[in-house]
Amino acid sequence: MKAPSFAYAKPGSLAEAFDLLERPGAKILAGGQSLIPSLNLRLSAPELLVDITAIKGLSGIEVKGGMARIGALCTQARLEKSEEIKKHLPLLGEAVSHIAHPAIRNRGTLGGSLALADPAAELPACAVALDAVLVVASRKGERRVSAADFFKGLFETDLGRGEILTGVEFPQADKSVFLELTRRQGDYAIVGLAAVTKGAERRLAFFGIGGKPVLLKPKSLDEAKASLPAPAADLYHTASTKLHLAKVLLDRAWNRL
Amino acid sequence: MEQTLITTMMVNGTQVTRSVPARQHLVDFLREELGLTGSHLGCEHGVCGACTLRVNGEIVRGCLMLAVQANGCRVDTIEGLSDSKELEKLQAAFHRRNALQCGFCTPGMLMAAQDLIRSKGKATREEIRAHISGNYCRCTGYQAIVDAIEEVING
Repeated sequence: MKAPSFAYAKPGSLAEAFDLLERPGAKILAGGQSLIPSLNLRLSAPELLVDITAIKGLSGIEVKGGMARIGALCTQARLEKSEEIKKHLPLLGEAVSHIAHPAIRNRGTLGGSLALADPAAELPACAVALDAVLVVASRKGERRVSAADFFKGLFETDLGRGEILTGVEFPQADKSVFLELTRRQGDYAIVGLAAVTKGAERRLAFFGIGGKPVLLKPKSLDEAKASLPAPAADLYHTASTKLHLAKVLLDRAWNRL
Repeated sequence: MEQTLITTMMVNGTQVTRSVPARQHLVDFLREELGLTGSHLGCEHGVCGACTLRVNGEIVRGCLMLAVQANGCRVDTIEGLSDSKELEKLQAAFHRRNALQCGFCTPGMLMAAQDLIRSKGKATREEIRAHISGNYCRCTGYQAIVDAIEEVING
C-alpha cells in the first residue's frame, strides 16, 4: 500500500529538531526501516516526519577506557563491518548480522532499533545484557538512562515527547555469546539470547519471550532455567515451545560464558 | 509544513530535479516520474527485495526510502547497471543457468548479487544464500540463482 500523506522536514541541528518535534503529530525518522513499512501498511499516521539524519555528530563509534560510545545514527551495517566493534564489543557485531538483510542494515540505525523497542529485536537485548547507558537529549538538556530502565514494555520506552535518543554507551564485557532462533534468515527471533560475563556476574538477556528484554543474573544453569518467566505465545509458537527453545539456548550459551 | 518538496538526485548518472510528495517512496518516484520500471514493487514493506536499488553505492530497499530522503544522493537502478555493462557477466550467467522464470524478482536479485560480488572476492554457497536471503523468488527454488552467482563470483 501507499503511505498516508504527511509533511517532511530535515533539520540540520538538534535545536532545530526540538522545535519541529513540538508540532502536532511530529515523529522522528532515522533509517526508516521500521517506520516506513508501518506507514506503507497504514499502521501509523504521523502529520510530520522529522528526518534527523542530517544532524552532525550522531553516527560515530568511539572506543575508550573499556567503553564504546556509539551514535544513535550509526547504521547496523557499519556496526557489522567495524573492526573496533569486532574487537571490543563482539556481541554487537554478531547481533547485527541477524537483523533483517544487508539492504536493510545499510539504512537501519542503532538508535532506531532501540527507540522502537520491538520485543523480538536484537539490539535492545544487547543493550540490557551489556548494561548500556542510553543518552537522551531534549530542549531541557541531556539525561542518561540505563537500558534496564529504558525499555518499559511492548514497543514502549522511557523516551518522552520532544526527546531524541542521541547515543549509547556500551561497557565492554569479558565474554559474550549471541544466539538466535528464527524460522528463516533475517526474520525476527522466535527466541534469542544476548549473554555476557562481567567479572563473576553472568548477565543473560532473552528476547522474543516477553514484551521487553528479560534479564537474568543467575549463579547456576539450573537457577537460570528455573527463573525463566513463562513466555507469551506468538502466531506460530506456543508458550511451551518458546520456553523449551529458551532453555535450549541457555544450554548452548552457558559453557561459553 | 511542506508536503511536497523539491528534490534533486543523480539517477544513473543524470541529475534530475522534481517536486515530490513527501509520502512518495523512491521506487514509485523512479517508476512513475522517471519511467524507470525495472525496479519492481512486490510487497511494498521491505520483505521481498524486488525493489532493491543502489543509493550512494550501497544497496537499499527502494520501497523503504522516501524519494525526498534521496535528495542529494546518487541512485543507481537496474537500468543504469545494465547499460553500464556492470551486470553483464551476472546477467549472462542467469540466462545460461535458467536462474529466472517469471523474472519479477530478477532486477532486485541481480542488484543484491552484484553487491556481494563487489564486496567479496570469493563466497561459499552459504554466504551467497545469506546475502540474497532478503530477495524472494517464487519460481526457481533458488538453486539455479545460487549456481549463477557462484559461477560469477568464484570465476
